[in-house]
Amino acid sequence: MRELTYLEAVREAMSQEMRENDDVFILGEDIGVYGGAFGVTRGMIEEFGPERIRNTPISEAAISGAAVGAALTGMRPILELQFSDFITIAMDNMVNQAAKIRYMYGGKGKVPMVLRTPAGSGTGAAAQHSQSLEAWMAHVPGLKVVQPSTAYDAKGLLKAAIDDDNPVIFYEHKLCYRTKSDVPEEPYSIPLGKADVKRQGTDVTIVATAIMVHKSLEAAAELEKQGISVEVIDPRTLVPLDEETIIESVKKTSRLVVVHEAVKRGGFGGEIASMIAESEAFDYLDAPIKRLGGKSVPIPYNPELEKSAVPGVEDIIAAVKETVNRQ
Amino acid sequence: MTQAVNLPPHVKETDLAGLYKQMWLIRYFEEKVDEFFAKGMIHGTTHLSVGQEASAVGAIAVLEEEDKITSTHRGHGHCIAKGAEVNPMMAELFGRTTGYCKGKGGSMHIADVASGNLGANGIVGGGFAIAAGAALTSQMKRAGYVVLCFFGDGASNEGSFHEAINLASIWKLPVVFICENNQYGMSGPVKDMTNIENIADRAESYGIPGKVVDGNDVFDVMNGVGEAVERARNGEGPSLIEAKTYRWKGHSKSDAKKYRTREEETEWRQKDPIERFRLILVNEGLLSEEDAENIRLEAKKEVEESVEFAINSPEPTLDDLMEDIFA
Repeated sequence: MRELTYLEAVREAMSQEMRENDDVFILGEDIGVYGGAFGVTRGMIEEFGPERIRNTPISEAAISGAAVGAALTGMRPILELQFSDFITIAMDNMVNQAAKIRYMYGGKGKVPMVLRTPAGSGTGAAAQHSQSLEAWMAHVPGLKVVQPSTAYDAKGLLKAAIDDDNPVIFYEHKLCYRTKSDVPEEPYSIPLGKADVKRQGTDVTIVATAIMVHKSLEAAAELEKQGISVEVIDPRTLVPLDEETIIESVKKTSRLVVVHEAVKRGGFGGEIASMIAESEAFDYLDAPIKRLGGKSVPIPYNPELEKSAVPGVEDIIAAVKETVNRQ
Repeated sequence: MTQAVNLPPHVKETDLAGLYKQMWLIRYFEEKVDEFFAKGMIHGTTHLSVGQEASAVGAIAVLEEEDKITSTHRGHGHCIAKGAEVNPMMAELFGRTTGYCKGKGGSMHIADVASGNLGANGIVGGGFAIAAGAALTSQMKRAGYVVLCFFGDGASNEGSFHEAINLASIWKLPVVFICENNQYGMSGPVKDMTNIENIADRAESYGIPGKVVDGNDVFDVMNGVGEAVERARNGEGPSLIEAKTYRWKGHSKSDAKKYRTREEETEWRQKDPIERFRLILVNEGLLSEEDAENIRLEAKKEVEESVEFAINSPEPTLDDLMEDIFA
């Protein structure tokens, strides 16, 4: 099978959906000839033309609202926001409009749109271009939240997101863009709400999202050498959340470490930890649940400071050891 | 025939009795809501459009059935003018399952997507971009419909106003932005909140036509909006219409109207849009005194019956709480 980068997989999913369905189109800043801030839509305007690869003014409030209006009237827009931080400017339309329209209208009307956006730190772009705000969106009833970590997952989850009749926020971690995996050429769909066990293990469960899946796998490989068997679960979607897979894993390993890049305080890790604490898996726990997340600091510019603001492989190794060694 | 009954091409003299009835339906609906609110039988809050009947009815009179509207928090009049029935509207305000939104949306979110009412909106300025997006669908699907976006003078100071009109103007979207300038954004007089004489003058900044009409004269509204709708339908893009009118009641139920004088209120009440319409219809021989009176009584009866309908409709069950979140 051929390998694709995560970025290419996202592009391929969109191209295949657009060939399949005339209602699918993309709008966003600089997505035309420029190819988008990270090059995800590069070349697409040549195939699909400027009407469907629709370059917009720098107007996040307008383009997010236009996506809502277009979705409500029969299109399936994909909105690209250049950086996930800019969701703050699109917040009214995502939170007050897209998420609530179906419910407020008594089930009459639907908003099948996808907001795709690069998230996370590690590029030196500092505080206003490096955040991980997925917990905000997961908090809002009516929105689905997706965070793929691999190219394979990105392609399948994006198809599912575009086919979904609800507003979906699709977070693409910038450091995942260049990662590669085997990606089938034909279209395929990964259901929203199905976690993936990225690595089987017996001593401890790590639930990790986005780039932290890669870091956790790296940590797990190192821990294996030290005789600790780590299971790594990637929920892939925060809403809906595959609680069952996580609960079953914790029942098997009796230990849980949750890792995400977003600031730990108020982060989604707290939700996963609470979910386990409220489930039957609680009785199986042999150690307190451990949460790893970003420090409560705006992401700094300096590369060493930037790195130390979010969990690294060494932090994950330390957290696992602490959990495993706990009697 | 006087200047007053110069009708836009697709409004016929035979339509006028129906428009007259709509205005009375709006007036009586609002007064009935006021009454039952005072009695504590309608809860939440509600924003009444008494005194603004001509802008709702006149603007929507020039639309075709397949055209769409977005509305505001003061949206009852727009809904009735777009053809909504008073029974499910009243039932919605009473929170019943027979309401347009099954009792989940209430006054500020009445919508009927199927009939082209894309929804009232509790967010000031929330409809601008949604209207642009619905117009984008019309353009991309070559559907031929036009979107009428209602907003108030207060909303014209929201960022979404500028972003959405700019977007609509560069893409020549078939949308008409109609400002119902009722002189107050909650308690804020328009002259204190806006440093220009006419909100319509802002059209110039976006290279689109702007026009002020007498919002209490249904003919003037029809003609102004009619031109703008034709322009939109011909692919020439959006327009900005400002209908100068007045809100007879307070902003919402908690409003003691301390920010304005009795004299001012009396002055505007003398410009009652319904009485003005009636006089023209009768004086021009388009409607007999007797028919006009019968229409008024018919509207009154329909609204009274809508209260019966609402009171006799079932309350939602608690099982309905979690329905309609996702499609």
